[in-house]
Amino acid sequence: MFRSHILVCGGTGCTSGNSMKVYDALVARIKKEGLENEVHVTKTGCFGLCALGPIMIVYPEGSFYSQVKVEDVDEIIDEHIIKGRIVTRLLYKETVGDDGKIKALNDTAFYKKQKRVALRNCGVINPEKIEEYIAYDGYEALGKVLTEMTPQDVIDEILKSGLRGRGGAGFPTGRKWQFAKNSVGDKKYVCCNADEGDPGAFMDRSILEGDPHSVIEAMAIAAYAIGSDQGYVYIRAEYPIAVQRLSIAIKQAREYGLLGKNIFGSGFNFDLDIRLGAGAFVCGEETALMTSIEGNRGEPRPRPPFPAVKGLFGKPTILNNVETYANVPQIILKGADWFASMGTEKSRGTKVFALGGKIHNTGLVEIPMGTTMREIIYDIGGGCPNGKKFKAAQTGGPSGGCIPAHLIDTPIDYDNLLKIGSMMGSGGLIVMDEDNCMVDIAKFFLEFTVDESCGKCTPCRIGTKRLYEMLCKVTDGTATMEDLDKMEELCYYIKENALCGLGQTAPNPVLSTLHYFRDEYEAHVRDKKCPAGVCKKLLKYHIDAEKCKGCTLCARNCPVGAISGTVKQPHVIDANKCIKCGVCMEKCRFGAVLRG
Amino acid sequence: MAKKIDVPFNGTKEQEERLKAALAELKKEHGDKGLMIAALQKAQEIYGYLPEPVQQMIADELGVSLAEVYGVATFYAQFSLYPKGQYKIGVCLGTACYVKGSGDVYKKVCELLKIEGGQCTDDLKFSLDATRCIGCCGLAPVLTVNDDVYGKVTVDEVESILAKYGR
Repeated sequence: MFRSHILVCGGTGCTSGNSMKVYDALVARIKKEGLENEVHVTKTGCFGLCALGPIMIVYPEGSFYSQVKVEDVDEIIDEHIIKGRIVTRLLYKETVGDDGKIKALNDTAFYKKQKRVALRNCGVINPEKIEEYIAYDGYEALGKVLTEMTPQDVIDEILKSGLRGRGGAGFPTGRKWQFAKNSVGDKKYVCCNADEGDPGAFMDRSILEGDPHSVIEAMAIAAYAIGSDQGYVYIRAEYPIAVQRLSIAIKQAREYGLLGKNIFGSGFNFDLDIRLGAGAFVCGEETALMTSIEGNRGEPRPRPPFPAVKGLFGKPTILNNVETYANVPQIILKGADWFASMGTEKSRGTKVFALGGKIHNTGLVEIPMGTTMREIIYDIGGGCPNGKKFKAAQTGGPSGGCIPAHLIDTPIDYDNLLKIGSMMGSGGLIVMDEDNCMVDIAKFFLEFTVDESCGKCTPCRIGTKRLYEMLCKVTDGTATMEDLDKMEELCYYIKENALCGLGQTAPNPVLSTLHYFRDEYEAHVRDKKCPAGVCKKLLKYHIDAEKCKGCTLCARNCPVGAISGTVKQPHVIDANKCIKCGVCMEKCRFGAVLRG
Repeated sequence: MAKKIDVPFNGTKEQEERLKAALAELKKEHGDKGLMIAALQKAQEIYGYLPEPVQQMIADELGVSLAEVYGVATFYAQFSLYPKGQYKIGVCLGTACYVKGSGDVYKKVCELLKIEGGQCTDDLKFSLDATRCIGCCGLAPVLTVNDDVYGKVTVDEVESILAKYGR
């Protein structure tokens, strides 16, 4: 029996902030004190509140320490572990009530509205120990499926739960499985898409890092349902920690007989293999992913035939993403009705979002479908920092769109997001404030798609490039009003004619910003101004002669010598020399440098 | 496009042995199907990049044409046909980093090292790549040098970070 448990976050966010050194220091110090049998230190998956990393929790008190440094370890051991006095200066402020008492983590604003299903074990168990997963009902769902249910029962349960794919388009998972079950083939495959490529989305990585066994278990359940004996997890090579933990988990599952031959003595065989992606966004598309697993250039192919009929190596295949799988064992254990009781009519269950950008509480949150954007951004996320005004939220990555402030009360589910010109995507949610230029954001995403277009079909390869060039004209101030209409026309052309999901959705960031922020585009075109002050070519700096004290600070800091003037006399910026770096504005103590 | 640097291929016999052993291991573990990407990843681990002689070795070992190997090697962002610097700098241009100003950090690195993304300095000391989201968005904007991660980087800090690696 341990009298105290210390849980240290070992997710990528906290690891990048040196949490493993904190872990090592804790282990070393506890050993030095001879407390190994009293205090247990565990590496866990992501707690979700990445903005405050590195994070650790000490039980039984439940003290949530944030931004812990190696130098803090001695104090934590001396005070908390040895003397029993909580180190209040390191506590996450939200967990301390007005009376000075510690609140349960689930009562803090960040966690209160969350409902963790897919993330249930992240930050709770040690992902490198199968015993801990089993202790939290792990592999019980697989046992139930293999001993009490027929494959059709499994599919019916998933259908009834209303689970839809969490990777983008939201196709009903049960229907996908049914198609694959109905297909005839001597061999069938179950694949997992862990090639999370949307910039700013990292839930799949966190699940694999924090709870890899849930994905393995779900894949085995899916395999039983469709009649497969081999699975592949296609994962980004850029996620080394996730790859390592998944490899450990597969090895442990094999040792326990939960993967391999004759699982649970039922005669069912299933094994898993990992394939590493090599950095191609298009490989998130199902047909491209399968060609990549086969070892080829990851180019998509036309559908039909759908993968459920002819997929990997030409055999019937199902592909679901990590978060979708993570829900499956819970649905089997707790029942379809339990799952369907959460969310909205057509979008059941919960969804994980990666909150990022201009928001206080950057991190991972899981909320019931139907929660409004306002609740996510203000109640959970804590709003925009520095008192800036919320301008828009971007969902769906390069395939999605920007949701303007006036639609902030929209309940989020698959259909509502589509209706307002965005999409769920994998769940990245990037918050933007008044300092972000919407044309620049559209350009940013287009640059991404141009770079990632595989080149197989013309509408995507050439269309996105032309669209990008048109956006550059807008941000350079050389576009005409006519160009805006041409841009829109091109967007629809690409959407209708591109071969795969990448191209068909690539114009979305442009269309949605054109729709909601047309005035900003027009300001660039007509007035040659960037209202947010981002597009450098449209900026002009000048000095307000009345406010300028002639301190010479700006002139001394200007890297190109564009500012002239004598001491105690107002200075002047030579617009021809100015490179618009903004140093003068930053340095001026009197607010005399203006941008416009 | 990466700047072409004429570095003669100087792979050693020992590296070749390691590659052959790694490929044999792959075949043993995963069967014969779909090994190309894993093979290229192993080769890049051993040589640091994928020059033509290395691609030829893989083609011979897997029994496919050099064109097929080249086709896969040039498709994926992870693979480089040119050598990388001793210090590989990555600036994350994922959305979360970008809205927090990583674009300016990236430009500053270009300016200081006088190279562009995908290029390497002439002395092979530094190379720069714009990376996709590396997933620690809480630290945005993020700059990496090999395995070291620098979070919440400002433009002013770039010079001192590079100085740590002997610029």
